[in-house]
Amino acid sequence: MNDLRHRIHHNGGLLAAIGLFIVMFTIYVSNHPVGLTAAVATTASNKAVLLALVAMAQTLPVLTRGLDLSVGMVFILANCLASVLVVGTIGEGFLGIAIVLGAGALAGFINGAIIVWGRLQPIITTLATGAVYYGIALYVRPGPGGDVQSDIADFATGQLFGVIPTALVVLLAIVLIVWLPYRNSVLGRAAYAVGSNEQAAYMSGVPVQRAKLLAYTLAGLLAAIGGLMLTFNTYSGEASAPIAGTYTLNSIAAVVIGGTSLFGGWGSAIGSIFGAFVLRTIEDLLFVFDLDPLWQPLFQGVVLLAAVSLGALRVLRIRNRLELFA
Amino acid sequence: MSESKLPVSTIPALRFAFDRSLVIAFSCIILMLLGGALYSREFLSPEYLLQQLQISAFLGIIASGAMMVILIGHIDLSIPWTVTLGAMMATAVAGWFGETGNLLAIPVGVFCGAMVGLLNGLGVAYLRLPSMIFTLGMNAVVQGLMVLHTGGFAPQDHATDAMHFLAVGRPVFGIPNALLIWVAVGTLTIFLLTRTAFGRRVYAVGNREAAAYLSGVNTNAVIIWCFVLSGAAAAFAGVLLAGYSTKAYQAMGDPYLLPAIAAVVLGGTNILGGRGNYLGTIAGVILITLLQSILAVMQMPEAGRQIIYGVVILAMLLAYGRGEIDRK
Repeated sequence: MNDLRHRIHHNGGLLAAIGLFIVMFTIYVSNHPVGLTAAVATTASNKAVLLALVAMAQTLPVLTRGLDLSVGMVFILANCLASVLVVGTIGEGFLGIAIVLGAGALAGFINGAIIVWGRLQPIITTLATGAVYYGIALYVRPGPGGDVQSDIADFATGQLFGVIPTALVVLLAIVLIVWLPYRNSVLGRAAYAVGSNEQAAYMSGVPVQRAKLLAYTLAGLLAAIGGLMLTFNTYSGEASAPIAGTYTLNSIAAVVIGGTSLFGGWGSAIGSIFGAFVLRTIEDLLFVFDLDPLWQPLFQGVVLLAAVSLGALRVLRIRNRLELFA
Repeated sequence: MSESKLPVSTIPALRFAFDRSLVIAFSCIILMLLGGALYSREFLSPEYLLQQLQISAFLGIIASGAMMVILIGHIDLSIPWTVTLGAMMATAVAGWFGETGNLLAIPVGVFCGAMVGLLNGLGVAYLRLPSMIFTLGMNAVVQGLMVLHTGGFAPQDHATDAMHFLAVGRPVFGIPNALLIWVAVGTLTIFLLTRTAFGRRVYAVGNREAAAYLSGVNTNAVIIWCFVLSGAAAAFAGVLLAGYSTKAYQAMGDPYLLPAIAAVVLGGTNILGGRGNYLGTIAGVILITLLQSILAVMQMPEAGRQIIYGVVILAMLLAYGRGEIDRK
């Protein structure tokens, strides 16, 4: 019993995000003119999975008390690369996918290498590398366009057995293949330790540098998977700075809504997935309730601000004022 | 204490002279000018230099505010839409109130920016939210407000004559007004940071807020004031930018966030707060403006510009911005 209470307390943020998502999605579906059909679910999940992947990517550096402001740019870079490389036969398409994922992981590794060995702050490093990755994306695709292997794309954005959206299955597979093994590996637990207290982690023999390197590399990889899925949705590539910026910002918001602490050492990528779902459902809700488009940006902004302000509840629990400054 | 007993390092001018980041930043500026001169003689002409300084002035004013916030260990990501807000509110007020509006335009623009800063400061100081995420949210809210404002009320977007004059006029010996304004803002910032108790508190909060609090500093007030100054500076730059391009438009502040932060950090200010001086920020601003200008003159495509821009910032930071090895 005590164990259960501990687990609920430990995953409070995650449970809140799941609850919020279920409530909002129910409202959305019950007000949707068609209701919950496979097509509605597929469209919703295709959009939501993109942000969910970028939010997962953002979670890993945040857990080490870092931040990756280049996730949106890596996302866009993967989109542009995929629109050039993932073409031709199915075999060539898969080769292209491998190259795109490798490029994403490399971009993440470069971030990590500069942060770990160059000893620069994550914020400023990823701002600068983000500009570089965006430049490369522009170089690959100066104007919107390109193509993608349509068999793979149709499969990835369609339905399995005519009911289950494939994008959700892909997301689940990534959780099972990437996140859970990572979470339980030595380097994954090291990432949490580094986020809680880097010096204590170092003194205890935790591989601090390798943990950070892996966190940023995996972040690049996950963002690139997101970029691939974007290409499968749009059948084209576009080096758009606004899209990159929006995804970076929303990824941070999703991480916070999902219960991960921006101060590191606390949270999970699964929370971020539901945080992303919540953010996406807000947009869909605005659509079904037919809100005046002029009001939409303001409404989204206020919801975003209100969502992150939930973090202020922490202040109420603090007894000793000095802990405020931690 | 008599003047002669002061250690050398406490005299600001001498301390600046030995700052490694400053030396590197200023030598980079000279190198870039010389390199540019090899490409075209124009780079060393007084007209080109004055024009560059005029363009740097807008970034310089924004960076002054951004630096106050970075010095206390926070960051202001609401700069883009605060710049736009300042410009749009100033032009709109001029349209709504006619003659009086022309007089009120600039103060109202700056005031609106200061209000955004106030909200940022309240959120960061009292709600104890990470500044990065709270100012990001504010940025989205201000963007929403501006979309509603322009779409719903169709306000005037022309700059007033006064705004135009302040941004592009050159009445005194051909020195651009914008540059003079930056000099004024810069002098005020240097005065605030080095000659007032407030300045000392800013550095104290940036170094260790708990220690500053225990020493009797009202740290929340310091945080709020820094954000107010940042918002006001960004909005003021927006007003001038509207004067420069004769109108206010959506997203006009977007290209200024990264350069402003990069300029402050390249100038040797620690992104974690507590260390940095304004001379460095001046160097950083000029450096960024020159870099952008040279890349534009060389007709480098946007892709190459972004790559070089990022690489140069990284290279300079690796040269002098590296953290201590954290092993105790």
